[in-house]
Amino acid sequence: MKKLILSMALIGASSVAEAQAPARPAAAASAGDAAFGARMLGEASGEQIFTRVCAACHMQDAKGAEGAGRYPPLAGNQKLAIGAYPAMVVVKGLNGMPPIGTMLTDQQVADVVNYVRSHFGNKFKGAVKAEDVKAMR
Amino acid sequence: MISDLSPQTRRDLLTMIGRAGGGLAMYQAMTALGHAAETQFSGPPALSGARAGASVLVLGAGLAGMLAAYELTKAGYKVQVLEYQDRPGGRNYSVRGGDKIVEVGGATQNVAYQPGNYLNPGPWRIPHHHRTLLHYCKAFGVELEPFIQLNHNAMVHRKDAFGGKPQRYKELAVDFTGHVSELLGKSLNAGALDSTVSKEDKEKLIAALREWGALDGDLKFTSNLNVSSRRGYDRAPGGGVNGAPTPSKINGLSDVLSSHVWTQMSFYFNYVMQTTMFQPKGGMDMIGKGFYKQIAKLVRLNTKVTSIKQDDKGVAATWTDTVTGKTGVATADYMVCTLPATILAQLDIQVSDAKKAAIKAIPYSGQVKIGLEMKSRFWEEKYSIYGGHSFTDQAIGLISYPNYDFFKDKPAVLLGAFANGAGGYMLAGMTPEKRIEAALAQGSVFHPEEYRREFMNGASVAWSRMPWILGCCGMWTEESRATHYQNLVSMDGRIVLAGEHASYYGCWMEGALLSSLDAITRLHQRALAA
Repeated sequence: MKKLILSMALIGASSVAEAQAPARPAAAASAGDAAFGARMLGEASGEQIFTRVCAACHMQDAKGAEGAGRYPPLAGNQKLAIGAYPAMVVVKGLNGMPPIGTMLTDQQVADVVNYVRSHFGNKFKGAVKAEDVKAMR
Repeated sequence: MISDLSPQTRRDLLTMIGRAGGGLAMYQAMTALGHAAETQFSGPPALSGARAGASVLVLGAGLAGMLAAYELTKAGYKVQVLEYQDRPGGRNYSVRGGDKIVEVGGATQNVAYQPGNYLNPGPWRIPHHHRTLLHYCKAFGVELEPFIQLNHNAMVHRKDAFGGKPQRYKELAVDFTGHVSELLGKSLNAGALDSTVSKEDKEKLIAALREWGALDGDLKFTSNLNVSSRRGYDRAPGGGVNGAPTPSKINGLSDVLSSHVWTQMSFYFNYVMQTTMFQPKGGMDMIGKGFYKQIAKLVRLNTKVTSIKQDDKGVAATWTDTVTGKTGVATADYMVCTLPATILAQLDIQVSDAKKAAIKAIPYSGQVKIGLEMKSRFWEEKYSIYGGHSFTDQAIGLISYPNYDFFKDKPAVLLGAFANGAGGYMLAGMTPEKRIEAALAQGSVFHPEEYRREFMNGASVAWSRMPWILGCCGMWTEESRATHYQNLVSMDGRIVLAGEHASYYGCWMEGALLSSLDAITRLHQRALAA
């Protein structure tokens, strides 16, 4: 997983902080690479992580979207009932979704999962903790 | 006639080897002769002799699909291509005035660029060693022009360096090289490396550092005319009585380090990022159009594939026309499927479990590009920047200056963002209007007086929001390659996959083409053996 994020997250953002990550691997440069980089999201709340990362695909209202394929909604999605499932998806990725968790701390994964599970009409019980996320890495 | 017996040139020899031993033998011979190690392309495939009436269904009219259709038709197959979009080309795409960009979620942009201006939202630069792509560009009459990759006079910006003031690349790169050289020289002279460097090599190294780092007689990196002949002057050389230049002042080591300029310096070392690079005149989609001209009559546009089946007799794809709602089933003996894994992973497709797992093991990146149309080419007139990139650690990643219409007095489209990773997600999640505002705010660090003043209009392409692909490029890791890559590219019954995701040149057009050539070569062998 580490290698993936190193080869993908080579651009910074205004909220992006330097990570304590090693230098770029020797892997072939992708055409999508750029030469500036930060590898972690930096300080951000669960809500901010949703807005700045998740919404790129799941949309700002968390209702998902459809084209030739679809982005599943996070609003009213029963797959979020058990917190470990969305946490695992964030950490490991799923199908076309990258393992976003590689640029988040354990606490940030927990924060964004808990945020989504308690907003957009979702009222799922129980909170994911940083140590739960750590065990998934 | 003597050439039939003894080849006169290396080319003749290679042709003979190619005829006798096929592509692989020719490739090995080319490598032995010092050619071609730079590419696995050994010329267009010499496929011929398809069985009478044999047919192939190609899904997707991007470069991989169109190349398959073109070469398989030449080999004698009856080919049909189904394409989801209302245009061919896939990610080989250019956006111009009058175009409409519609995202999932419904956000719509009407592009207002002046005639002749464009944004290449996907591929935009072609390495000189991407021989497959260059071959077909030449074959189809696609005119190429230089893409300015490395511009020493472009800028580097980091929020935490130089008080947030961008610096010229050449100044930082020269200063970095100079300081590192001085430090290494000191270590060598102090004997710190005597146990690892022989006396002879030490002397050579010191000579090298003096030259490479522009050090003075005392092996010091200082502000002087020699260093200025690399990083630029305070007062440039002139003519006549006041012709003498004055040197510029070098930056201190700590400031240079804070700029992280080594990131750019090493970026340009990448094999795929090295000069010379090219772009098609008039927009990247000239390549897709070049392919399309060859095979247009085989392509059904606006056709969404809804399932893929196969049995021992053939393949079938059910489809829906996205405009008329009409449905149908396309059948053939074999299939080349170039649909991106994002879409394929959600489709009912009859392949082995191992291939299904491979399709689901490829996450896609989410790049964002933004093209800003400016009233004038102020970066040329005022900053002497002609093409190339200025880098930043903000979400936009970089701005890049157009490589055509230099010196013209008319509006030009500047690439205002090429965001990836965290920056890409952030910009993709915004409305198109907010993306433009973010691009203007962030890009202004490079050209603070002109950026907003000269701005006319802008357009953005957030790849994760493009309905037909839902992402930009397939991303592999060493682990996923080891587990899934061969399963992805293997011929599965009558179906073979192709595209950049099925290559080791991920995210490059060359990868899509090489993947397609390999897929159709195996398909053809299989069809002849059946």
